[in-house]
Amino acid sequence: MNWKDYFSTSIGKKILVGATGLFLIIFLVVHCYVNAMVFWPDNGKHFTDAAAFMGGNAAIRIVEIGLFAAFFIHIIQSLMLASQNAKRRSEGYAVKAGNKTSKWYSRSMGLLGTLILLFLILHLYHFWGPNRYGQFFDPTWKEDNLYNNMLFTFKELWVVIVYLLGCVSLCWHLMHGVASSMQTFGLATHRYKGMIKSVGMIFAILIPLMFASMPVYMHCLSTCMAH
Amino acid sequence: MEHYNMNLTLKVWKQKNCKEKGKFETFQVSNISSEMSFLEMFDILNEQLVAEGKEPIAFDHDCREGICGMCSMYINGRPHGPWHQTTTCQLHMREYKDGDTIVVEPWRANSFPVIKDLVVDRTAFDRIIAAGGYISVNTGNAQDANCLPIDKQKADESFAAASCIGCGACVAACPNASAMLFVSAKVSHLALLPQGDPERKMRASNMVKQMDIEGFGSCTNIGACEAECPKGISLENIARLNREYIGAMFSGSKEG
Repeated sequence: MNWKDYFSTSIGKKILVGATGLFLIIFLVVHCYVNAMVFWPDNGKHFTDAAAFMGGNAAIRIVEIGLFAAFFIHIIQSLMLASQNAKRRSEGYAVKAGNKTSKWYSRSMGLLGTLILLFLILHLYHFWGPNRYGQFFDPTWKEDNLYNNMLFTFKELWVVIVYLLGCVSLCWHLMHGVASSMQTFGLATHRYKGMIKSVGMIFAILIPLMFASMPVYMHCLSTCMAH
Repeated sequence: MEHYNMNLTLKVWKQKNCKEKGKFETFQVSNISSEMSFLEMFDILNEQLVAEGKEPIAFDHDCREGICGMCSMYINGRPHGPWHQTTTCQLHMREYKDGDTIVVEPWRANSFPVIKDLVVDRTAFDRIIAAGGYISVNTGNAQDANCLPIDKQKADESFAAASCIGCGACVAACPNASAMLFVSAKVSHLALLPQGDPERKMRASNMVKQMDIEGFGSCTNIGACEAECPKGISLENIARLNREYIGAMFSGSKEG
């Protein structure tokens, strides 16, 4: 078997989903770390500087191509696996005993992934899209003040609610995804599987909670400023 | 436990062959002893059907000791019925009470087409084994057992994986009809022993490739297979299969 054959089997596709998932997890950590600077009590100076550094950095732009590729592979391979799995049992059972061994979110990764994707499109439209469009197509472009952008965007309550729903979807997606990717890489051995499950759960709650606190904080801040 | 007799209603899947559509038929059985096995209850029903000049229900069975892996009934929504780590032949009628209705279906998976009634074709498993579930050994007398020291933990884990009877309950239970637990057990019991080493690089890749050719689904790590396996095969074997596969992928070997 050559490389292509290895990545074409069901396990090969899962390895791609797991590997791209881990890359996206690393992205989440970096994104969360940079965004958490909005809590610094300096009217967003730290955050704006960090965002400007990320925005104007060529290396980051190159990694960003990898990030989009990872999203694409993660989604395409997952959809391929899900559509193949859906065809494996043409005639279903008349009696179903239920799903006592798994949580609903483990069986709904496709749905949660789709919700995250929809949220992501809105998120890119709010922040990444206008800024990058200007960077590449507007000769007079200057990096947006993202802190002010956030204050403006999260003034709307419905936007905050949509972002919170996105964070909740992410939380459930990660609750299964983190531990599951470790199983796909064969790391969930007797010694480590308990640890993997716990760390996965903590990560799945902590990161989305951090993200969720940002629109709420900015909404409160912009409401206070308006008064 | 006190002995008692019971009357039952059975809804059993009847299907002439793989080409024709099947349907549920309802049967009544009476005076079933609580000490009978589930398959003995089916024997009574079949004797009753033969006496009435009707065709008996086809079902798989062989050892009736829980070790051969032939029995394969999906009973009230669970492969091998409600008892934990028990095959259909070891399920006993004391589980049921007078007046119960029991729904019995065949394993449902496109890779296990129905041959007749409750009998499904599980030769896909044989082809997966033929693709890599073997070792090369010289013929002749068995070696002295102490020639190849094997550490106790590995021997135990290998033995636990080797206890897979290939019944297909993992496929029947999995929402994706995945055979990963079966394949992982067959890869694991050889991967843990020195005898399995010569074919190690090609075993996992060839068996996984054959598993896909046979049309089994992929694993989504929800654990239904482990919960329903009559031999308690652990999900850790699936992690080991994944490790073996990744190892083969990066080994650079032309085999496999």
